[in-house]
Amino acid sequence: MTERRITTAAAFRATLARDLLIAYKRKNDIINPFMFFLIVATLFPIGISPDPQRLGEIAAGVLWISALLAAMLSMDNLYRADYEDGSLEQLLLSPHPLYFMVLAKNISHWLVSGLPVVLASPLIAYMLNLPADVYFALFMTLLLGTPVLSLLGSIGVALTVGLGSRGLILAVITLPMSVPVLIAGTMAVQQTLNGAPLTAYLAILGAMLLASITLAPLASAAALRISIN
Amino acid sequence: MPAASNNISSPVPHTAAMLTANALCCERDDRILFRHLSFELGEGEVLQVQGSNGSGKTTLLRILCGLNEGYQGAIRWYGEAIADQAENFFASLLYIGHRVGVNKVLTPLENLRWSCSLQQQVSDGAILAALTEFGLRGFEESQCFTLSAGQQQRVALARLLINPARLWILDEPFTTLDSDGVAQLENLLRQHAQSGGSVLVTTHHKLSLSPLEILSLD
Repeated sequence: MTERRITTAAAFRATLARDLLIAYKRKNDIINPFMFFLIVATLFPIGISPDPQRLGEIAAGVLWISALLAAMLSMDNLYRADYEDGSLEQLLLSPHPLYFMVLAKNISHWLVSGLPVVLASPLIAYMLNLPADVYFALFMTLLLGTPVLSLLGSIGVALTVGLGSRGLILAVITLPMSVPVLIAGTMAVQQTLNGAPLTAYLAILGAMLLASITLAPLASAAALRISIN
Repeated sequence: MPAASNNISSPVPHTAAMLTANALCCERDDRILFRHLSFELGEGEVLQVQGSNGSGKTTLLRILCGLNEGYQGAIRWYGEAIADQAENFFASLLYIGHRVGVNKVLTPLENLRWSCSLQQQVSDGAILAALTEFGLRGFEESQCFTLSAGQQQRVALARLLINPARLWILDEPFTTLDSDGVAQLENLLRQHAQSGGSVLVTTHHKLSLSPLEILSLD
């Protein structure tokens, strides 16, 4: 049996490819969170003030909160279908460390729901009159921060996937965990606007990303084992 | 019948049985499902778990797979605790539960490419051969939500032909199958046992296999 046994790297790739394929086949998984992001970001000028000066001041926060809410909205897709059709059991019974399987699913989730938001952020920033010299700061913080949101959210989904009625419990668990990322992300943009160097904030966000890549999938994996029990 | 039997590598000589359960007790929602349950499953044996609805058949199978940890007692794989043998155990195990693990959006081919590759390298040729064997030729590119429940069950069962797992744990595999499918699956179980594999199966269906061990939970 050993000669045909598959390496963990190959199983990781297979899981990543499968999740991306599912997302591609269910296009609303890609489009809905992105549209939600656009709409939420558009509501702020309508609700607060169309005054360019004031919009420019809140633009970074608006973009970050919209990105956070969009990530939340798409979270439930992460394990729900797999839980309902039994694929999750197969994943847990694979001979590979669950850490890598969960990481593959998280990466796929970010590519589908986080990356489009990051790529579109300069456009929304332009709409919200964010000063042009901090576009790069905004883009970089979102690029480093949104994967953290996916990784942390995955823990919440894994904990709640076995519950019959999930409703808002996922948001109640996940949003507080996301606060540090939100603070670091918006601070970075604000401080760069005031002339501070960006690198320190990027280092903090980078550290958050590394910590969550190493630790969050472990927590997700443990939570999945509890949920499937 | 391709691939099913000939890939099962001969095990290192062991004295202990493949799977041993010793004094298993399980309590769920303040109700004792079973207690002091002990049995052995050796190579080449088929063990049918019987019991009325709600007697804990599925729970027992999930406990044996390691999906459910709410039990007392010991489960051993060739005489060693499963936790010490996890990689070998999971590489030798094929579990098909009530929820068969077939994604509705993907095609049978895509489903099997993933679920089989969790355990071993697999070629599209082997998958297509197994699908043909299970009467799904022509459906390999249809999304699974267009298939009937029985056909989805067949997609999951095609893994029995592809993965050379030594231990099959099957939870009600006969429920949605037609009579041809039932005969075919029984045949498959027989061949698996003859080639030294073991099967743990729950079903209310009367299995025409011999020898057949029966474990009753009532």
